[in-house]
Amino acid sequence: MKKTGAQILCESLIKEGVEVIFGILGGAILPVYDAFTQYPQLRHILVRHEQGAVHAADGYARATHKVGACIATSGPGAANLVTGIANAYMDSSPLIAITGQVARPFIGKDAFQETDITGITLPITKHNYLVYSASELAMVVKEAFYIARTGRQGPVLIDIPRDVQQEEVEFIYPDKVDLPGYKPVVQGHPAQIRKAAKLVNGAERPLIIAGRGIIMSQAYAELKELAEKAQIPVVNTLLGISSFPQNHVLSFDMLGMHGMAYANMAVQAADLIIAIGMRFDDRATAITDKFAPEARIIHIDIDPAEIGKNVRVDVPIVGDVKNVLGVLNNEITVKEHAEWLSTLNKWQREHPSLLIRESSELLPQYIVRQIYEATQGDATVVTGVGQNQMWAAQYFTFIKPNSFISSGGLGTMGFELPAAMGVKVGRPDEMVWCVAGDGGFQMTIQELATIAVENIAVKIAIINNGYLGMVRQWQELFYGHRYVDTRLWNPDFVKIAEAYEIPAIKVRHRDEVSPAICKAMDYDGPFLVDFIVEPEENVYPMVPPGKSLSEIIELPKPKRVPKAKPKILARS
Amino acid sequence: METKEYTISMLVEDKAGVLNRVASLFRRRNFNIKSLAVGGSEQPSLSRMTVVVAADPAQVEQVRKQLDKLINVVKVSDITDADIVARELALIKVAATSSSRSGIIQIVDIFRANIVDVAADSVTVEVTGDEDKVNSLLELLRGFGIKEVVRTGRVALTRGGASSKKNPKH
Repeated sequence: MKKTGAQILCESLIKEGVEVIFGILGGAILPVYDAFTQYPQLRHILVRHEQGAVHAADGYARATHKVGACIATSGPGAANLVTGIANAYMDSSPLIAITGQVARPFIGKDAFQETDITGITLPITKHNYLVYSASELAMVVKEAFYIARTGRQGPVLIDIPRDVQQEEVEFIYPDKVDLPGYKPVVQGHPAQIRKAAKLVNGAERPLIIAGRGIIMSQAYAELKELAEKAQIPVVNTLLGISSFPQNHVLSFDMLGMHGMAYANMAVQAADLIIAIGMRFDDRATAITDKFAPEARIIHIDIDPAEIGKNVRVDVPIVGDVKNVLGVLNNEITVKEHAEWLSTLNKWQREHPSLLIRESSELLPQYIVRQIYEATQGDATVVTGVGQNQMWAAQYFTFIKPNSFISSGGLGTMGFELPAAMGVKVGRPDEMVWCVAGDGGFQMTIQELATIAVENIAVKIAIINNGYLGMVRQWQELFYGHRYVDTRLWNPDFVKIAEAYEIPAIKVRHRDEVSPAICKAMDYDGPFLVDFIVEPEENVYPMVPPGKSLSEIIELPKPKRVPKAKPKILARS
Repeated sequence: METKEYTISMLVEDKAGVLNRVASLFRRRNFNIKSLAVGGSEQPSLSRMTVVVAADPAQVEQVRKQLDKLINVVKVSDITDADIVARELALIKVAATSSSRSGIIQIVDIFRANIVDVAADSVTVEVTGDEDKVNSLLELLRGFGIKEVVRTGRVALTRGGASSKKNPKH
């Protein structure tokens, strides 16, 4: 039976398991939206900006382990997806972005709302397609989903001209793909695994660095078995948070620029690093030539191009983490490493890193801690980037697998709110806390409308310090206290939320924090808490840029009065 | 690490935009292309690309792996150290008068090159060989006055029965 390109797209999406698609429409995608009426099983969530659609699809994908889907029109609609696609690409998040394109006869003519979105997204997609004929469409969708969800996952964009959406052809959904140039390696090479096992069995001070690859391949049990069997301590990258329970005796928390002092010390003292599903990002390693100077390195990753990209590796194993660990664990001998673990425990006692100082002001760390106390870790925390992200990463104890969702690689302000929305749609029965800064919150604030209309019950905590906080911290520490344009004049977020018919409260004092959090959680629906915090609180520990993990600043220097008065866009 | 020239041979799907994907990857990762030649291969749906890159060993490893990640790239081989036949073709338009023409023809004969066009004031020489041969011929013809040159860049195949060897997998 003949179907239109738009119908073929909808049916193909359904066959690939898509239940929810985030998007916003426009002229060049209208035939697809028109077809949505025939497919009620596809839930379309209308966002207020395309960046919201793609971050929501990204959050949804991370929360559900399914492929996220978003849709936009041509030109500006497609271009507005770009930040979110780049974000998904950096963090290997599987999603399909569908864009309308001007009709075929207009391509290349600079037609109204034409943009070369496949050209623009070439370096930030795992693959992309411009579909020239409705007869290609089913195969393109099939391939796109296969590419997005296999190997190292990532975003795939499908650009469909308006007249292709209207073209009628016979529809047969293919049952397999034929991609001669794409053969992801999932099974680790047995000889490499044996070599790795030999190193693990012979190590005296082994350390696991767990990355997001553990979460993506859901290898929690395998990681735990490896750690417990040979008593190997575990540190994690930022996106590796919640790959290993932080209340486990072998967990030594996050490494890196704002990692724990004891975690970084462990890296620098280890004689063997077992890096699993991570890519030696510069925020994790600090300068690489002084990274783990005493260690040999085993690197397990699904992407061969990550091996040896940033640091030298002694034993590389390319493969899916779950498969590789499954085999590796059989070849590991039971060990104690009592001395090494007692050293790490001593370091953790001597360098606690997570003390909250006494202050009459409301401190952000305290707020994060109270959210943890209120939820007992039974929540998913979603953040964008910056100080709020680091405090959330540091002060919440992540116990549940895959309970921390954050913009890691790209570091995108504005990810938090729409991503939290996507997470909540994917996990309707779970408590979802969006921890936002006042800066990032305003970059995608318009999604409050989506949240309100769709009644997506996210709990929003704004860590409101009236600054672009992390940038201000760098200005304070490395740019002579010159706070150039980091001070933000903000509107009243409580009034904003109320204008969107989302209940909200403002909190200024410590004793109001816990009641506010409970109130937010008890409310059946979205809720916003605007926490007015100490404006110039810094994130510590900190490895200054250009230094090694050994050169960590653990405690804040005594505060000095800023030399220059901060420039303020005053509005009294 | 020491930088040298590497020869990468690739089979790619013969589809719109593939050359762009390869070129974009080189730009994006800051790899230095010395030459890139592309054309048909023994299989109708595949093209063969020969890329010469200036890189150190770690970079060329990255080049190879990143190219391999492109969905439309079917096979990538670093054939620098393999036993290969490598050639390029150049067309050289040389200024020629009735008195200088015989001197040019002599040099062209020595290089086993061909004269493919003769005009009143120029001759066009076609030469095939490795880069050194082409460079030497260019050097010798310079004295006559070179008007235009076009070079294809290196194309290469491994010798004998073995096809371009498959990448070692980790």
